Amino acid sequence: MQRRRLKTLSVLVENQPGVLARIAGLIARRGFNIESLAVGPTDDPIFSRMTLVVDESQVHVEQIVKQLYKLINVIKITEFEPDDSVERELMLVSVRATPEKRFQVIELAEIYGGRIADVGADSICLELSGPPGDLDDLLDLLEPHGVSEVARTGRVALERARKATVL
Amino acid sequence: MADRITGSQALVRSLEHVGVDVVFGIPGGAVLPVYDPILDSPIRHILVRHEQGAGHMAQGYYWATGRPGVALVTSGPGVTNILTPITDAFMDSVPIVVIAGQVARAAIGSDAFQEAPTFNMTMPVTKHNFVIMDAAEIPEVIAQAFHIATTGRPGPVYVDLPKDVGVEEMDWWWPEDPGANLPGYKPNVRPHAGQVKKAVELITAAQRPVVYAGGGILKARAAEALRDFCEKTGIHAVTTLMARGALSDEHPLCLGMPGMHGSYTAVTSMQKSDLLIALGSRFDDRVTGRVADFAPHAKVVHVDIDPAELSKVRAADVPIVADCRLAIEALIKEFDKQERRREERGDAPVDRSAWNAQIDAWRSAYPYKYVAGDRPDVVKPQYVLERLNAAAPDAIVTAGVGQHQMFASQWWRFREPYHWINSGGLGTMGFAVPAAVGAQVGAPDKVVWCVDGDGCFQMTMQELITASVEGIPVKVAILNNGYLGMVRQWQDLFYDERHSEIYLSQDVPDYVGLAEAMGCAGFRVDTVDEVDSVIAKAMAITDRPVVVDFRIDPAEHVYPMVPAGKSNDGVILGPAFGQPEHQMAGDGAAPMTSGGEGEVEPPPEHPDGHMTLDKGGF
Ligand SMILES: Cc1ncc(C[n+]2csc(CCOP(=O)(O)OP(=O)(O)O)c2C)c(N)n1
Ligand SMILES: [Mg+2]
Repeated sequence: MQRRRLKTLSVLVENQPGVLARIAGLIARRGFNIESLAVGPTDDPIFSRMTLVVDESQVHVEQIVKQLYKLINVIKITEFEPDDSVERELMLVSVRATPEKRFQVIELAEIYGGRIADVGADSICLELSGPPGDLDDLLDLLEPHGVSEVARTGRVALERARKATVL
Repeated sequence: MADRITGSQALVRSLEHVGVDVVFGIPGGAVLPVYDPILDSPIRHILVRHEQGAGHMAQGYYWATGRPGVALVTSGPGVTNILTPITDAFMDSVPIVVIAGQVARAAIGSDAFQEAPTFNMTMPVTKHNFVIMDAAEIPEVIAQAFHIATTGRPGPVYVDLPKDVGVEEMDWWWPEDPGANLPGYKPNVRPHAGQVKKAVELITAAQRPVVYAGGGILKARAAEALRDFCEKTGIHAVTTLMARGALSDEHPLCLGMPGMHGSYTAVTSMQKSDLLIALGSRFDDRVTGRVADFAPHAKVVHVDIDPAELSKVRAADVPIVADCRLAIEALIKEFDKQERRREERGDAPVDRSAWNAQIDAWRSAYPYKYVAGDRPDVVKPQYVLERLNAAAPDAIVTAGVGQHQMFASQWWRFREPYHWINSGGLGTMGFAVPAAVGAQVGAPDKVVWCVDGDGCFQMTMQELITASVEGIPVKVAILNNGYLGMVRQWQDLFYDERHSEIYLSQDVPDYVGLAEAMGCAGFRVDTVDEVDSVIAKAMAITDRPVVVDFRIDPAEHVYPMVPAGKSNDGVILGPAFGQPEHQMAGDGAAPMTSGGEGEVEPPPEHPDGHMTLDKGGF
């Protein structure tokens, strides 16, 4: 197995009927593997933003970008390395936790800035948003306690703001 | 005062506005509202017998006129029947606009009668598609559809029109600029000056350069520019299956067709070249053979209007995104400039005399050649094509898919562009007859010869009924070998002559009787000495279609040949050069496959070691 090299593609698209189907269809048709896909509105109602994560060690990113650009509804594609972008993801995770064990679970969540979204008799649902790596780490730590269900949004990203030049 | 009209009237008026003069189609429930205003329009409607015919006619019309072809069909089966030509046009970058009725808006998604997810179905095989949900959008969508189909890398555009949108009223308007509301569509047509300079530096330094001219030359109306470029630089050109005629076959710098059944000289000059100047070509697997072995010593200058083609298959040393005509013109200008500088410096130009002599030697040693039949009743397909070409040198030629297509591309001497119309990328049997009808509609003063296989003919021959009834006098030469000949060739060569499901019969159907039943003249040729006289008879008939049933030698194979997935270094010249037939069977046979056209090799390795996945699905 080659080491994964994740790359984020932020795709600004026209908010037209079928645009998600176009992107998803193209990806399937060309056999491009993607790690995640998140879709949402932007500040301008005529555009949406799709955030695609691909593994550069598995796919030819340049071809994906060129093929996506051929879609008439695609306006602009920005490629991010994890280092020059702010990336966030939201996760809901349901953990089987009896009242005795609950505090341990909550403590773990709090270390990562997570919150309690719902509490039941023998399970607890946590909510965490943050860099995708944090979500992975928390999930690993929760695993021994018995994770019953996970839902993640897939990551969204924007380019990092330019920092003032230090002279 | 607002001009209040129905959506259907707006649609027909929009077609008139973009300059449509002919529509190929067949009505049905969902598209009925559109057929009513057609009655009052100067647009000619040609009633086809099958929607596949309408699509291929639109393609043929484009090739003959340079204007986009238009097809009009009903929802559901009307659209599924035209998916083949849409895909064909997509593969060969042919601008057609297909307009289809759809069930009423409220019924979409409800499995209503003749409702199919046609918007979804056409999405992956069109350059773009639309569904019109408001009659007010009709003029803009039609303007955009034609704009998208004909600019950039051309291609098919599909428009879905729900029935009630066609009935609804709207205030007529016409958009000034069809591209105004397409923020994501800005094809790059002008070549980058720096890249042009780099390209010319490679061109002037190359010892063994070859122009690899593809269909993009014809789309860009760049044949003249290509000739100027070749003459100015003295560089030879190969013309791909999609570009036959882009440089005249009579031109001393033209090397003919490259690829699997290309001329020895075209294939080998590319193999040995040190610079490939790819102009509007896409390194298709039928041209390259095994990619890893293709033109191993060549640097590549690659001009294409579609950036996704550059370095898709073969890494380009100098990629240029541009319209082919503008790029070639820029290359010529830059070439002049660099040549002037060289002269000022007093340097000698590169000496290509040895290379040019080598090319001439290949040409005279390995021309297209066949073994003439030893009996008068053995009619060779190559001979038929030679005689047809002699009788109608200026004809537009269409072809189906198979041996007859390869023979036609090899043996016809194309002296002008836009005289060869065939299905290259998709390889669609049944293309030839309707494409010929469409071409004849677009070019009524030309002679149009459809060179078809007996198998292909049986797929779409009913469009000859359309042709008779509409007075479209196409001529059809059936190269009747009684077989799915190309499949037979593969079974002969790679499956030890085990013939599986390829026999058609030369006698059934009775093609002469069939032609007459469809309102055409019909002739049959059984012997070599009948060939010329029957061609003359066919040429003399101009008031209706003609079908000639040429009974040809079923055992003939197409040569030269490079087996699929093999290196282009291994051109097999065939029996005319004393090579035994069937030498490929047994050991060293090409990979076994089930299709007539064999297999596409696995995706090439990407230069940095990753697989490019653009050829495979999953
Ligand atoms: C629609 C379609 N079906 C099947 C094929 C596979 N195929 C390629 S060539 C060929 C045989 C064509 O036979 P014919 O038209 O008689 O031409 P010939 O090769 O005999 O000249 C077949 C079946 C195809 N290209 N298109
Ligand atoms: Mg045949």
